[in-house]
Amino acid sequence: MEYTEQVMDHFMNPRNMGEMEDPSGVGTVGNAKCGDIMRIYIKVENDVITDVKFKTFGCGAAIATSSKATELVKGLTLEEAEKITNKMVMESLGGLPPVKIHCSVLAEEALHAAIQDYRQRLANGEPPRTEEGDEDVRYV
Amino acid sequence: MKVYMDNGATTRVTEPVMEAMRPYFCEIYGNPSSVHGFGRESRRAVEAARAQVAQALGAEPGEIYFTGCGTESDNWALRGVAYANRDKGRHIITTGFEHHAVLHTCAQLEKEGFEVTYLPVDADGLVSPEQLAAAIRPDTVLVSIMYANNEIGTVQPIADLAAVAKEKGVLFHTDAVQAVGHVPIDVKAQNIDLLSLSGHKFHAPKGVGALYIRRGVKIQRLMQGGAQERTQRPGTENLAGIVGLGRAIELATADIPAHQAKVGAIRDHIIRRIMDEIPYTKLNGHPTKRTCGNVNVSFRFIEGESLLLHLDIKGIAASSGSACTSGSLDPSHVLLAIGLPHEIAHGSLRLSLSDENTMEEADYVVDNLVEIVARLREMSPLYDDFLKGVETEGSCESCHLH
Repeated sequence: MEYTEQVMDHFMNPRNMGEMEDPSGVGTVGNAKCGDIMRIYIKVENDVITDVKFKTFGCGAAIATSSKATELVKGLTLEEAEKITNKMVMESLGGLPPVKIHCSVLAEEALHAAIQDYRQRLANGEPPRTEEGDEDVRYV
Repeated sequence: MKVYMDNGATTRVTEPVMEAMRPYFCEIYGNPSSVHGFGRESRRAVEAARAQVAQALGAEPGEIYFTGCGTESDNWALRGVAYANRDKGRHIITTGFEHHAVLHTCAQLEKEGFEVTYLPVDADGLVSPEQLAAAIRPDTVLVSIMYANNEIGTVQPIADLAAVAKEKGVLFHTDAVQAVGHVPIDVKAQNIDLLSLSGHKFHAPKGVGALYIRRGVKIQRLMQGGAQERTQRPGTENLAGIVGLGRAIELATADIPAHQAKVGAIRDHIIRRIMDEIPYTKLNGHPTKRTCGNVNVSFRFIEGESLLLHLDIKGIAASSGSACTSGSLDPSHVLLAIGLPHEIAHGSLRLSLSDENTMEEADYVVDNLVEIVARLREMSPLYDDFLKGVETEGSCESCHLH
């Protein structure tokens, strides 16, 4: 099994890796049992994703697709970001080995979960999250 | 620096083995079955190799049959004995953590109407002779238990297990693919009826193996064809490969205690350093009853394939039992059989040493491991949550198999 150069680049030099203080939304998907968990944090201002961070437990493809997904959505409006699909993430990495395609689905799901989380909190009139509020994180 | 620590997957053909094989491509190439001088010379080489294998195992040359690989030997032993002894019974006993060459063959036999009991192993990977004795039934025809486990290195009390089978009059096969050259084997003293081995695990080339079949064991051949291997395994012999296997097994078994001491010291150094320097790590397999070259550890909160990719970039070859390295969604059946939870099995690493690895390489590998594990944990939401005392839970919509 061979990863493309783009995949290896994002794997070795992940973009936007880390936690975020006071994120507007957080999405965690995956399951430790299956071997991959992705968490994406977004900061939203005027419906635009101004900052994004991720943390991933998983294989090379999982890490690279998380990194790529964060790169793709930074600066997009929520509406635009919701249109990001796993296929777009995968294609921008020059493809993935067939057995790894399900890893790219997680990146899409984590992003959408973070946006959903933001919208939900907005609808509920809740304040932005803080680091301490982490036990409050909704797992999707 | 380039470090090869995946000798459990395959080994380098060493120079003395290559030298032994070299004449058997361009100069000595006769068909060992031919009557003429070309053929007779090849025949002599095959028989010399047979004697070398027999000597290494404490067997008679007439009890050694060359095959194409360890998988073929396992298939032949299980199916051959099952078919030939059908009139006596249709029950086979093995363990849940055998190599797929045995497990998938058993699954096939089950489809064909045989019954298979899979013995459990304990947390260190050991099979208990008492449990084996309790599982033997009047219709049991074969017990097959691997000598040394390929992933975690646990070495079974083979003589004790074989003694149980012998007492009950049941044939005993052992998959010794990972044991040959690392533990002393004497098939007569240990009451082993059939033993599978594979050349490329001990510095012979890929594509050649052998099956020891004790004289008198009733077994059916799997292929039809010529009269090679005393009509039991038709097909023109892999002449150079067989010569290489003979020379390699001679070298691998020449001084096993010295090999164990030398390689075992490096293994112990690696294990000690990993356990001292990397927190939240578990050693898999038995602490002492393990092959001298096997290190298997699980690093919590990280995934094995990521670890292998980082090691590879540093020039280090290793392997893992994570699902992502097996191409399935489940981690290694061996690690699950010894009771590891899925998430910890995903973070496993196997380093398998040969005689050629050095302490310097061991330190290079551990130095890199310390950095890589820390780096991957820093990226891991599991580690974050663990440090904060939060339980990470998530569903996995894309994961349809669970």
